[in-house]
Amino acid sequence: MNSILKAENITKFFYTPVEFKALNDVAFEVQQGEFVSIIGKSGSGKSTLLYILSTMDTEYGGKIYIDGNLITGLNQDKLARLRNSSIGFVFQFHYLLPEFSCLKNIMIPALKLGKYSREEIEYQAYEKLKLLELEEQALKPASKLSGGQQQRIAIARALINDPKIIMCDEPTGNLDSKNTEIVFNIFKRISAELNQTIITVTHDNDFAIASDRVIEMQDGKIINHGH
Amino acid sequence: MSKTAHKIHLNVDLEIAFTHVLAKKKQTIIVAFAVAIGIAAFIFLNSLVVGFNRDSDAALFKSTPHIRIYVDDKISQSLLQDPSSKTTSVIVNPKIINENKKLLNPAQIIEQIKSIESVTTATTWLNVNVFYNNGSSQLNGSSSGVDITEANAMFDIQSTIVEGNIQNLVSTPNGIILGVGIAENLNIKTDDNISVVSPLGIVKIMKVVGLFKTSNSVVDKTKSYMNLSIAQQLMAQGPDYITDIYVNTKDSDKAVQYVSTIKSITGYNAEDWKEANKSAEANKKTRGVMMGSISIIILIVAAFTIYNIVNMTVKQKMQDIAILKAQGFAGKSVVKIFITEAMIIGSLGTFMGMVLGAILIKALSKVYIGGDKGYFPIHFEPQIMLMGLMVGLFVTLIAGYIPARGAAKVDPVSIFRNL
Repeated sequence: MNSILKAENITKFFYTPVEFKALNDVAFEVQQGEFVSIIGKSGSGKSTLLYILSTMDTEYGGKIYIDGNLITGLNQDKLARLRNSSIGFVFQFHYLLPEFSCLKNIMIPALKLGKYSREEIEYQAYEKLKLLELEEQALKPASKLSGGQQQRIAIARALINDPKIIMCDEPTGNLDSKNTEIVFNIFKRISAELNQTIITVTHDNDFAIASDRVIEMQDGKIINHGH
Repeated sequence: MSKTAHKIHLNVDLEIAFTHVLAKKKQTIIVAFAVAIGIAAFIFLNSLVVGFNRDSDAALFKSTPHIRIYVDDKISQSLLQDPSSKTTSVIVNPKIINENKKLLNPAQIIEQIKSIESVTTATTWLNVNVFYNNGSSQLNGSSSGVDITEANAMFDIQSTIVEGNIQNLVSTPNGIILGVGIAENLNIKTDDNISVVSPLGIVKIMKVVGLFKTSNSVVDKTKSYMNLSIAQQLMAQGPDYITDIYVNTKDSDKAVQYVSTIKSITGYNAEDWKEANKSAEANKKTRGVMMGSISIIILIVAAFTIYNIVNMTVKQKMQDIAILKAQGFAGKSVVKIFITEAMIIGSLGTFMGMVLGAILIKALSKVYIGGDKGYFPIHFEPQIMLMGLMVGLFVTLIAGYIPARGAAKVDPVSIFRNL
């Protein structure tokens, strides 16, 4: 097994409205291909931790290694490149660009990466859409889809560059049970078959228990590593 | 939308920028129109200022040359030098020497002056005080003995002519061009004869070949133009009697630079228009400050309006910036996308503003004011159009850059948190 993500002594303070220690000396490790759920009550610091791991929040103490490389302290542009190539992120809200078609929304991170030609990227985007059973919606504007469909498009977008790690903040928080099942099965499949790592913050205990490993947080600390 | 995007294989940053702008056509047009109004106001008001300034200068230089060459009055000197002994007191009473004001060899002086670069015209000038008589009615005034072609080149006399033609003076040696006030008061029309009497008592019967009307009724009631030779005869002088030479240069503001050169070439006194006409210069300075302030305020107001609206448009896209950053768009890309958007809107607005400004200028230039101004003194000013273009593009660039740069630097999460 190969350590894909390692966090050491992660500490995070919020200063407004009052000084508050959101994360207190958090340390853990995730292996490649693991499907990890992070659970905990509201305010336990799980989302805050996820944003730090995703490199989208750089104001923290401690060290993070992705695929063995220290990423703490890298500048914004290097982090952006890293996110583009190695990290897929799914928010609780879909955050699609409303002016673009679903297909284009999925293609944009790949176009930015520039590894493949536009035609290949389009083909791959269609493949992701098929995976999420959405190929019929490809050319519709993102704003015209239902909430569940939009969230699945957002997942397809997170997968387009075949990132090593996919991080999700309550990916099924706004989904009905049918959509939740689709999303769960996809995560299960890509971690098992494609050896991609999934780290997801969730409130949904059924979802968490069905994943490979559950990390439980409370008051800014990990109280159960799930091993 | 996606169809066009498929065809034009732009870089993904530019593709996003164009899609944003095209997807919200209505907003794009409204913002561009706000930019256009700022630029149109800038162009229109500045053209107004420049046109008015130029017109005021032109009015001054309708009767004043840039430089005048003449024989200065001399004050008599005491015959006795300042005595060194303290016992002797000398009473002196200096007075202007009653000397001839004649410039020697005027033809040669004019030739020398014309050889100076940037001198456009130089012409002889002889002012005579006269009485205009028609029957028993008499008016006093002043007549200028001129070479009418040269004088016209300098002061554009033709533009003030309301009856007759200045060329008639060339073909009629004893012709005279009168101010309309004189003609009215003496009940004279063109082709009538009047008698002109000089202070020396010399009488000339002259034929009225034209009438002129200026903006100044006092001038119209006293002033006339005649051929130089007649003026010389009225002064009982020969054909080389000249008291003044008038010189025009390319740039009235730089006339003062040539004064010393002309003084040394001719040996006579020379005076530029600022020296001769202190109040005109003060007026011009006042106008300059006034118009300059107006111009700067217009610039600030226009720039601020444009900045605000473009800035607001970019700030509305903050969430998109965070989304793009989350997906791995670097700060540079974010800046590029939003500057491109601002510039598309800015160029569109600036172009519309230039057209709108031009329409306003055209419309106002058709408004008849009357008097010696005629139509409203506003024209297309290419340098102001260019300035408007630069202001429009520069301000939109800055207005797009500042918020995008700010968003490019921070963590995506802090943008989401602040939304």
